[in-house]
Amino acid sequence: MVEITDVVCSLCGCVCDDIVVEVEDNKVTKVKKGACSVGKSKLMGHGRIESPAIRDNGTLKNCSYDDAIKKAAEILAAARRPLLYGWSSTVCEADKVGVELAEEIGAVIDNTASVCHGPSVLAIQDVGLPSCTLGQVKNRADLVIYWGANPAAAHANHMKRYSYISKGYWTEEGKKNKKLVVVDVRRTATAKMADVFLQIEQGKDYLVFSALRAMLLGYEDVVPEEVGGISKKDLLETVRMMKEAKFGMIFFGMGATHTRGRHNNVVNAIQTTRAAHTHTKFSIMPMRGHYNVAGINQVCTWETGFPFAVDLSRGYAWYNPGETSSTDLLVRRECDAALFIATDPGAHFPGESIRHLSKIPVIQIDPFPNPTTEFADVVIPCAISGVEAEGNVYRMDNIPIRLRKLVDTEYMADEEIMKGILEEVRAIKEKEGE
Amino acid sequence: MGTKVNLISGRTIVQGQNLDNKLSEEYFNEVATCELNKADMERLGVAADGHVKVKTSFGEVVVKAKEKGGTPEGIIFIPMGPWANALVSGNTHGAGMPQYKGIDAEIEKTEEEMLHVKDLMKTYMK
Amino acid sequence: MVEGELLIRNGVVYDPINGVNGEKKDISIRDGKVVEEVTNPKVIDAEGRVVMPGGVDIHSHIAGGKVNAGRLFRPEDGRKGRETKTKVCRAQSGYSVPNTFATGYRYAKMGYTFVMEAAMPPLAARHTHEEMVDIPILDNAAMPLIDNNWMTMEYVKSGDTDLLAAYIAWMIKATKGYGVKVVNPGGTEAWAWAKNCDINDAVPYFDVTPAEIVKGLAEATEKFEMPHSIHVHGNMLGHPGNFETTLATYDLVKGIKPYRNRPTMHATHTQFHSYGGTSWRDFESKAGAIADYVNKNEHLSIDLGSIILGDTTTMTADGPMEYSLYQITGRKWTNHDVELETGSGITPFLYSGKSPVNTIQWAIGQELALLVKDPWKLALTTDHPNAGPFIGYPIIISMLMSKRRRDESAEDMHKVIFDRAEYSSIDREYDLNEIAIITRGMAAKTLGLHEHGKGHLGVGADGDVAIYDISPEERDAGKIQKAFLNTKYTIKGGEVVVKDGEVVATPAGRTIFVTPECDDKLTEEMMVKLKDKFDHYYSVTFNNYPVQDAYLPNPYEIKAPWRS
Repeated sequence: MVEITDVVCSLCGCVCDDIVVEVEDNKVTKVKKGACSVGKSKLMGHGRIESPAIRDNGTLKNCSYDDAIKKAAEILAAARRPLLYGWSSTVCEADKVGVELAEEIGAVIDNTASVCHGPSVLAIQDVGLPSCTLGQVKNRADLVIYWGANPAAAHANHMKRYSYISKGYWTEEGKKNKKLVVVDVRRTATAKMADVFLQIEQGKDYLVFSALRAMLLGYEDVVPEEVGGISKKDLLETVRMMKEAKFGMIFFGMGATHTRGRHNNVVNAIQTTRAAHTHTKFSIMPMRGHYNVAGINQVCTWETGFPFAVDLSRGYAWYNPGETSSTDLLVRRECDAALFIATDPGAHFPGESIRHLSKIPVIQIDPFPNPTTEFADVVIPCAISGVEAEGNVYRMDNIPIRLRKLVDTEYMADEEIMKGILEEVRAIKEKEGE
Repeated sequence: MGTKVNLISGRTIVQGQNLDNKLSEEYFNEVATCELNKADMERLGVAADGHVKVKTSFGEVVVKAKEKGGTPEGIIFIPMGPWANALVSGNTHGAGMPQYKGIDAEIEKTEEEMLHVKDLMKTYMK
Repeated sequence: MVEGELLIRNGVVYDPINGVNGEKKDISIRDGKVVEEVTNPKVIDAEGRVVMPGGVDIHSHIAGGKVNAGRLFRPEDGRKGRETKTKVCRAQSGYSVPNTFATGYRYAKMGYTFVMEAAMPPLAARHTHEEMVDIPILDNAAMPLIDNNWMTMEYVKSGDTDLLAAYIAWMIKATKGYGVKVVNPGGTEAWAWAKNCDINDAVPYFDVTPAEIVKGLAEATEKFEMPHSIHVHGNMLGHPGNFETTLATYDLVKGIKPYRNRPTMHATHTQFHSYGGTSWRDFESKAGAIADYVNKNEHLSIDLGSIILGDTTTMTADGPMEYSLYQITGRKWTNHDVELETGSGITPFLYSGKSPVNTIQWAIGQELALLVKDPWKLALTTDHPNAGPFIGYPIIISMLMSKRRRDESAEDMHKVIFDRAEYSSIDREYDLNEIAIITRGMAAKTLGLHEHGKGHLGVGADGDVAIYDISPEERDAGKIQKAFLNTKYTIKGGEVVVKDGEVVATPAGRTIFVTPECDDKLTEEMMVKLKDKFDHYYSVTFNNYPVQDAYLPNPYEIKAPWRS
């Protein structure tokens, strides 16, 4: 038995890096400390895709890695409007090869931000993002606001490691030194912990932000007696807490991005932060979902100039979310082939998108069987990053951390698979060129 | 005709634990569900674990009803996953993002069976 | 580096480090290095063209968190400068915040082969390295920010210079960095509470002043044989009347003895620190006062931070400064404070020749170059992209070389240029040797890289050569500008990477890093305090903090022994 410390979790955007595990017979046998129940479940593992496979007459037939990679390359090289999607639950090293492949075949490369914090990116491109690292929150924040986010379910260690419950330099006593405000439609587990819970009406985020912002800027008089289900009195109390904080922090989740208003909600959230900053220190951060969704946004940006929904069919990067984002491409039935890596559109895309995917060649690269496997034409299993393969990832606050390899595997790593596909595509193109 | 409700989807802890285990019973039991307020359950005449059919302009699914305190009246919550997404529109209103929360839906009690994930996927392949 | 021989014949060579000033001279390269002679080389006939060592940029923001945050929040900038992929080049985008590939290609086209990334937040060092690896052709290095760090301030307060030295040694090693970068010392920590500091203000909660931090870091740096001095962006950048703070900052390190014959402080983007007046209304140039100090003192080097007119993306670890700028413009603003260490801010900015303030800023950058007598004391920079993108260097070069061009340009600027700046009264014109000094020789020497093959063409130097398509007699400012934007040839490590202004090869560059060697006992003592910081305050563990070797596929190490 070997004990491994400083293990980095490859589940959510918290990227906890103080986990201790036990490894025996090349298997993680125990997660001793550090991980939440979700991370623990990931580290302990689940049933795998056993072999590469190619669909033949409706059923997946096992094949070699070489054959699967060749088949994937053939599909992509022949496609006129390929989509390469996912990239958030793998390492930056694989993402880089993905961008290169997209350039090579003139694909659209998009990532899961498209259905998570894509609207937040649009908002940041409009007004910027006054933010900080998570350790800054841990050491200084005396007011934490979760807006449309339920870390108790989605980022289970977030409060303990970084925010409301954590202890830091100016917050030695943890939550005794802090106030928690939660804004949500449902009284979630997170909401139950709050000093102030603002239970807003569904879809009224924009209105409530506007009211808070007006009050912060001194226009209390224009705010009616009730906004989005919240009384003016409660809004004023929240504003008082914001002004009196020494260091305020807003974390927002998909409650803001997935609902009516989308990026406009986030623009308003950021402008509310800026308004609060005229009184005291205030920052804001999106609760990024996958452990490396921030990373693919980073890689895609430094390599193409743009963070997601990048269309390389012109030979240079064309970025226009709403046109070049995956959902729009699929609903318009524009794609004629798709590669999905480290993602599961079968579970997470709207039914309308899946309907089109079931009609075009689909390549899946993933360690685990999932709904996407049901319609994938080429299935390539891979090593689990952070358990069987190492590499760089970016935490939700864009801090880069290196995933550790804990056990050996026969499975190929995402980066190797992607390199294999790229090489095969180049070989095909060279042949065609001749 | 069913009762008009506002549908939202999102994460739960068990859904997260089974992200890599989506073909399992555990995932099915967690994600093919619909959380409702007690009053709404009574109004629909549905008991815990009773089946309900949820319908939007984009699709319909049968899921298991679950009473959940803290859910406001008129709001239903289906954990993110294939069942919720069968009801979501692909229209992004030019923003690239489907509306996963705040969807006009109808809900009614049903005796129909739920579809397991593989069967649900098959409905897209027709 | 490529194997084989290369001969550059008939060029007119400017190699100021070796005292070569416009001599017709052949350059021989074998296996990537300059040699005495070659026997069976590939020949490039330079035909009387200007030949210089590969350019060395002492200060530029090309890689890392804030550069990428700049790209991410400015798709409108990304849409400028798009070029399609070719057989050799990846797709390009961006003007003030180009993608990594464009960054490499565009520098190489100007004849540059080394660029120093000027600010690396230690906690995010992996990010800087990931991007540097993705910048083709250029060799590079990065300077970690070590001035607003709690450890630094605590040791400065207790006066333990040796332990401070142990800390900076650990930090430079952990980040695979090059030297000590200082940005608004104390002020960025204060910004974590939305406050700022001038040079003698106490930093909130830490009870030290920026002046003490700068002095302490200079003393600690000189405990080692560091190739470069502390690299300082002082307090109050961009504020009217800040020249007094600037001069006081320079004076702080006057008595400190450097380990070798180099300055004890490099003061960067001096243009932003040379302001007179009490407000934007009576804002004026104090380039004269700053240049005067530089002329009279030997312990200091500077770079310009000269303005390029037009739209750009400003970015710095000086969080409060970016907030002030955003309040002036009302444009978008990103901020990113980094726990226990530093911060950053980003906001777009338009430098307009119609604005009196921008006009004076524009004049100041060039005035500094013209008023500092010894070109070995200054380097050409635009603090890319803060005062403008690096592809504007050829504009500055042509200005410095042509009084006529300056006079013509001044006519197009706001008329304050004639009352509140010395600009139009200065007649000096740079010659090509002086241009070679401020674009390669000085930077290489000040960074100590001349001892590692950069910035000159003596035997043993890297085979990095720029051949510009002009004769030494050329006086036409437009032709000079054009020639310095796109070389006839750029050669990197003996390989032709640019030919006739087109990138023809994209070899990977090297990452140069310094290893300060500190006494084990001191390190051990320092480590107790450092580990306590990780145990209680950092959000990343001690063992996951240092940059792993995997991030430097092409490393080049410079050892910096402890001075006995």
